[in-house]
Amino acid sequence: MSIIPNWLHRLSSPKNFYRFAGTASNWCGWIALVLMIAGLYYGLVDSPPDYQQGDSARIMYVHVPAAWMSMFVYMVMASSAAVGMIWRIKASSAFANASAPVGAMFTALALVTGMLWGKPMWGTYWVWDARLTSELILLFLYLGYMALNSAIEDRETAARATAILALVGVVNIPIIHYSVEWWNTLHQGATVTKLDKPSIHISMLIPLLLMAFAFKFYYLSNVFRRARCELLEREQGKLWVRELVGEKNGE
Amino acid sequence: MSEAKLGTAFISLLRRDLMLAYRHRAQMMNPLLFFVIVVSLFPLGLDPEPELLHTIAPGVIWVAALLAAMLSLDNMFRSDFEDGSLEQLLLTPHPLPLLVLAKILAHWLVSGLPLLLLAPLLGMLLNLGSESLFPLLATLALGTPVLSLIGSIGVALTVGLRGGGVLLSLLILPLFIPVLIFAAAAVGNAGAGLDITGQLAFLGSLLALAFALAPLATAAALRISLN
Amino acid sequence: MWVGAGSSVFYESGETSHFMREQARVEAVGLAISRNDRYIFTDLNFSLEAGQILQVEGHNGSGKTTMLRILCGLTLPTDGEIRWCGENIRKNLAEYHAQLAYVGHAPGIKDDLTPLENLSLAGAMDRPRDGANAEQVLERLRLPAFCDDVPCRNLSAGQRRRVALGRLLMLDAQLWVLDEPFTALDPAGRRLVEELLSEHAKAGGMAVMTTHHAVNLDGCTVHRLQLGT
Repeated sequence: MSIIPNWLHRLSSPKNFYRFAGTASNWCGWIALVLMIAGLYYGLVDSPPDYQQGDSARIMYVHVPAAWMSMFVYMVMASSAAVGMIWRIKASSAFANASAPVGAMFTALALVTGMLWGKPMWGTYWVWDARLTSELILLFLYLGYMALNSAIEDRETAARATAILALVGVVNIPIIHYSVEWWNTLHQGATVTKLDKPSIHISMLIPLLLMAFAFKFYYLSNVFRRARCELLEREQGKLWVRELVGEKNGE
Repeated sequence: MSEAKLGTAFISLLRRDLMLAYRHRAQMMNPLLFFVIVVSLFPLGLDPEPELLHTIAPGVIWVAALLAAMLSLDNMFRSDFEDGSLEQLLLTPHPLPLLVLAKILAHWLVSGLPLLLLAPLLGMLLNLGSESLFPLLATLALGTPVLSLIGSIGVALTVGLRGGGVLLSLLILPLFIPVLIFAAAAVGNAGAGLDITGQLAFLGSLLALAFALAPLATAAALRISLN
Repeated sequence: MWVGAGSSVFYESGETSHFMREQARVEAVGLAISRNDRYIFTDLNFSLEAGQILQVEGHNGSGKTTMLRILCGLTLPTDGEIRWCGENIRKNLAEYHAQLAYVGHAPGIKDDLTPLENLSLAGAMDRPRDGANAEQVLERLRLPAFCDDVPCRNLSAGQRRRVALGRLLMLDAQLWVLDEPFTALDPAGRRLVEELLSEHAKAGGMAVMTTHHAVNLDGCTVHRLQLGT
């Protein structure tokens, strides 16, 4: 197919993907570290405290990017699972499976930081806020994906089954999101419970974006590493894996 | 030489499942009894004060309906999987999504429709109020088919696996949440005298979406499970 | 060739279809399957024409059942393809299935239904033979009279297997795929299956089966395929 660039096509081979992912993982890891240090500095130290909430609002710099990532990772997971299933590309399925625990981790991070934010703001750790509730349900979807993946023994079958589940999830997430938003407006208390900042000043936007990109690169670094492990396992009989092990042993 | 007729196949499969359910009617009652028992637990665990019960009734009835649906879903494909009838379904020349629809319809007639019949009883137990009864029936009529449709995807994905029932719940219950939210809200609002056409319309569109897409996903999942 | 004529699932009647059936061929080309990331067999090839029977042999775990399931289109092979009359079955699976009858390890019958109900259902779900009648098929299967109205769970394993094989007589299928058809059958049952296979081959049908038993089929070409060597 001419619309797929040659380098992408070559990546679908597990051996090439393994090498590429190794280098990419290292690069992304370092970039993530740099961005995170910059983002945390600007967010926690350099930006002005919120006039209403004071310093406790700074947790937004972790909470908001984590929430963005939880959604983003699910989309990437579902797409790469679908690609892996339709065109039977092992590297793509491995990428999807590797994304699941990382996505779950970002969701848990969003939940925990949301709870930590909530305590000074509302006096209690958990409220059934629209965002927190959506994140909780998203966490269940991730855990369901991981549970189904581990329940099926054959890797090829597991890849296809979890792809279906992920696609069903993708269709449902907007519906769930909308339903929870609507439900939340029904039961809204006197105080506004949205965790978003109503307006974002530029000095707040920069650290936010820095953290968002830092998280993206961290995600890529982590997923590439995990995907490599899964590919090694799935291809253990193949020549390229044996050669690789031979090299390591020879060192 | 004759042709394979889709209509005949659909009706035969539907009739077969209904016949099998009838021959096991004692077992079919179990989820319904579960439905009633679960609802009865709430007044026992809380204060049976009429006002409180009236407030929690819509949510409790609907949560119990979700759980009863989970219990009954397991039967959809398990028996066919174990005796080899399921693979025979995959080997007919008919489109699998349509055959799946026949099975889902049979499942709903046996497990979903009876919930509507039990609803007035449960309304009485929880002091629901007569003005909420018809809205409750409407939401059950629109919502329980959605549960059967979405649930069938989960059952198809887990039919060959160990740990089936619990895994199924983990996969499917989050997907039921929109139905729960809108159905319970509709019944609650009806009790307060508010208009509920919006909620019912939403449930109707969920049903339409599930009806169009779920059989396709379930058919794909069945092929994967029988690989 | 009728395969190219469209995606309908019915034949034309009369002499034309008879002629077309003679041209039918099923082939496995470069078949390979891996499970749990380990190959069970690779580069499997065979070809079968009308009137021929293929007997697949191999030790336990050599992939006999898996190969039959790939042949039916139930399992996706890791490599290679199955061709019906020269065309990949994946291109038109429904049409391939209209020509196929499968009796696997699991009998494919409902224990709560009587043999009569099971066979009528089999005929209703797929393409029935002209004039196929569940009662006549039951007679042909030589089940004792009481079996007609009794749920299959009350029959012996051998009797259930006969009911399962009854599907072959109810359906109009050119290719029979049988997984250990002689299981649980007494000598009379085995003779019955051999009769059915001979008749089927003489009428221009073909069959692929796995079995450990020696098969005695007069007047038919029986090819053998050994898996796992």
